[in-house]
This record gives sequence, C-alpha cells and structure tokens, in this order.
Amino acid sequence: MIAAVLEQLAELVNADAGLVRRGRYLSTTFLVETGATAWLVSVHEGRVTRVERGPFLMRAWSFAVRASEEAWQRFWAPVPAAGWHDLFAMTKGGQATVEGDLRPLMANLRYVKDVLAKPRRAA
Amino acid sequence: MADLEPIVGRYVRMTVAGRPHRVYFEEAGQGLPLVCLHTAGADGRQFRHLLNDLEITRHFRVIAFDMPWHGKSLPPVGWQDEEYTLTTRGYVDLIRAFVAALALERPVVLGCSIGGKIVLELARLHATEFRALIGLESADYQAPWYDDTGWLHRPDVHGGEIAGALMSGLIAPQSPPETRWDTLWMYMQGGPGVFKGDLFFYRADGDFRDRVAEIDTTRCPLYLLTGEYDFSCTPADTARTAEKIKGARVTIMKEIGHFPMSEHPEQFRRYILPVLDDIRAGG
Repeated sequence: MIAAVLEQLAELVNADAGLVRRGRYLSTTFLVETGATAWLVSVHEGRVTRVERGPFLMRAWSFAVRASEEAWQRFWAPVPAAGWHDLFAMTKGGQATVEGDLRPLMANLRYVKDVLAKPRRAA
Repeated sequence: MADLEPIVGRYVRMTVAGRPHRVYFEEAGQGLPLVCLHTAGADGRQFRHLLNDLEITRHFRVIAFDMPWHGKSLPPVGWQDEEYTLTTRGYVDLIRAFVAALALERPVVLGCSIGGKIVLELARLHATEFRALIGLESADYQAPWYDDTGWLHRPDVHGGEIAGALMSGLIAPQSPPETRWDTLWMYMQGGPGVFKGDLFFYRADGDFRDRVAEIDTTRCPLYLLTGEYDFSCTPADTARTAEKIKGARVTIMKEIGHFPMSEHPEQFRRYILPVLDDIRAGG
C-alpha cells in the first residue's frame, strides 16, 4: 500500500495546479522514510520530478521525514484520528521525526505538508 | 436594504502599563458581558460566529477586542524600536484595563489558547472581578511541539505563510473548509514578530504548574474545554491541570482542534451553549 501511494505521488501533486504554484520557489530533494524503506522525492519549482525507492548508497537530501509504515497509513486515513492528522502532531507524539536542513521545509511548509498529505484523498 | 450583521466595531482609548493605547473591539447583544480573548498571533475576528449567534447574544453582550499589535489595534507609539513580548503580568493588566475602560461589571471572560491560559491567572488573582471564567485549549503548561519560535520571525521565511502552515495542523480534519481557511487567514495576517511575542507567554512565562492549585472556584466558576485534535494544548494537559483545581469543570470536545469558535463554530456551540446556560443559572 505504501509503495503504491508513493509511486503515485508525482502524478497526484503535478495534477494539482494550485499546489504546484505554491511550491514554485522550492527545488530540492527530500527523504521520506516509511519504516525500513527510504524514498527520495525530487521537486523542481513545485513539480515532483522523481520519486525513487531506496536503498541508496550515497545520496544527498535537504531534509528527512521519517515514520513507521503504520504511522503513514494512519496519517493517510481519509479522516485521520487525533494525533495522526498532522506531521507535527506525529513528531510531538514521537511517531515521526523531521531532521536535516529545515530551512527549505519551513520556508515552504504549507507546500511540503500538502504534498505529504496529498495521498490522503487518494488512499 | 443592506444585509448588515449585528456586530458593531469601535475603538476605546485606555492606558496599559502607563502607555496610551487605542484598542479595537467588536460587540453584539445585550445582557451579561462576555469578554472574548483571541489566540496568539490572531485577532478578535475569531469570535465572529459567537457574535452573530442570536441564541447567545439575546442573553449576553459579547465583546471581542484585538490585543494591541493585533488586528485593528495598533502597537503603542514607539513600537518600531521594540521587540514585542507578551508577559503574564502585561496580559492580566491589559484585560483588566479593557474591562475598566468599558466599565463592565463582573463580566464572564472566555479565552482561547493564550486567552485560555490567562483565565487561570485571572481565576487565581482576581476571581471576584468575574462572574465566570472559561478557558478553551487551556492548561497550566503544555510541552512545545517545535523547538525554535525563531522560525516565526526571520527574513528568509515568510512569517504569515509559516504561521498559517504550522497552525493548519491544529485544526481538526472535520472542520469545514470555509472556517478552516478563515482561521488560517487571520494567522497569515499577523504583524512581524507578534505571534512569536505572544508565544513567549504561552510557552515560557505562562508556566503555571506551581500555582493553579491556589484557584478557588467557589469564588468564580471555572470551565475548561479542549478539542480532541489539539496537540498543542492536549486534552491530557487540560485534564492534568483540572486535577489540581477543585471544582474546575472539564469538557473534551469531539472533532475540534485548537480554535473551537473559529474553526468549527457549529460543533463548538454544542459545547458552549450549555456552559453559558449554566453561567446564566448562577454557575
């Protein structure tokens, strides 16, 4: 389920013109970890250009968002339960971690949160 | 015929901490005064649904003011050389000055988040001045959910955009899009550094763990209502606070986050109307 969701991510994001517009100042690669699996999401001016599945040997990324498979499944539930409804609800509860260069994340926070939540409607 | 709402907005001149202020407020209704305190980095528009609720305004004179630096209340003269910081003392003084400026007699005070936290201090220090106190998303302490409030005020991150993006998570997923985005717009409109300045009170100065046990609810009833989706001030934070205050009445609100009156007014009124009825009946 997780793999299917992330493999659709580029299509879901790029089909949303408002979301792409909000991300137009962001070009970076960030890491999403779903349990033991790592994914690199590359964004160019708000469009997701690539989603690659790890393992990776030596790859750079700006920031990382890590959570268990179960946490992502709860996060992507159509109506998530309290504590699983937001990235920072999950970090406060110890269900997710955010690390790395936080500036591109914080400067584009609505965009990144919307990208990560995008599968919610499709899940 | 113009489609006018019953809300009227005015400015009142008052002195706070020895400095003249011009404070904007909106009001509607008649009866017992009900003063509403908005959340950090926002303004009194959060209460527009309460102000437009005829079930409430036929019994209460609902009044919501914008704190100085917020909404339509300007900062005091000389602000350009200052860093805005809200303190417990300054917030208590502001509320009491506003009540005095309008000559309100023993009002009910309803505050949310920072406003919910400060009612604990009003209850402790000035209980006899109030008919009842209502704290929404209120606790004596709540653990922070991000390390550095500096993100809210720096030149390379847009303060309004990040405030809206952070607060979006504190709104329950069930809240309707219209009121969700109204709520976030208010956050996006805050002045530079103002949200951060309010959070000094919320996160640092307003740690009341050592003093809430002094609150005597026989002098003034205290109601605490918290949304289940609020991970800033959690239901557990409110419950833990209430355990130390004999007589505090706690309600956990379903399908609500950190901004009950603003994010989901229909759901909120299910919880607040019985509280207001109880207060009218004498608490």
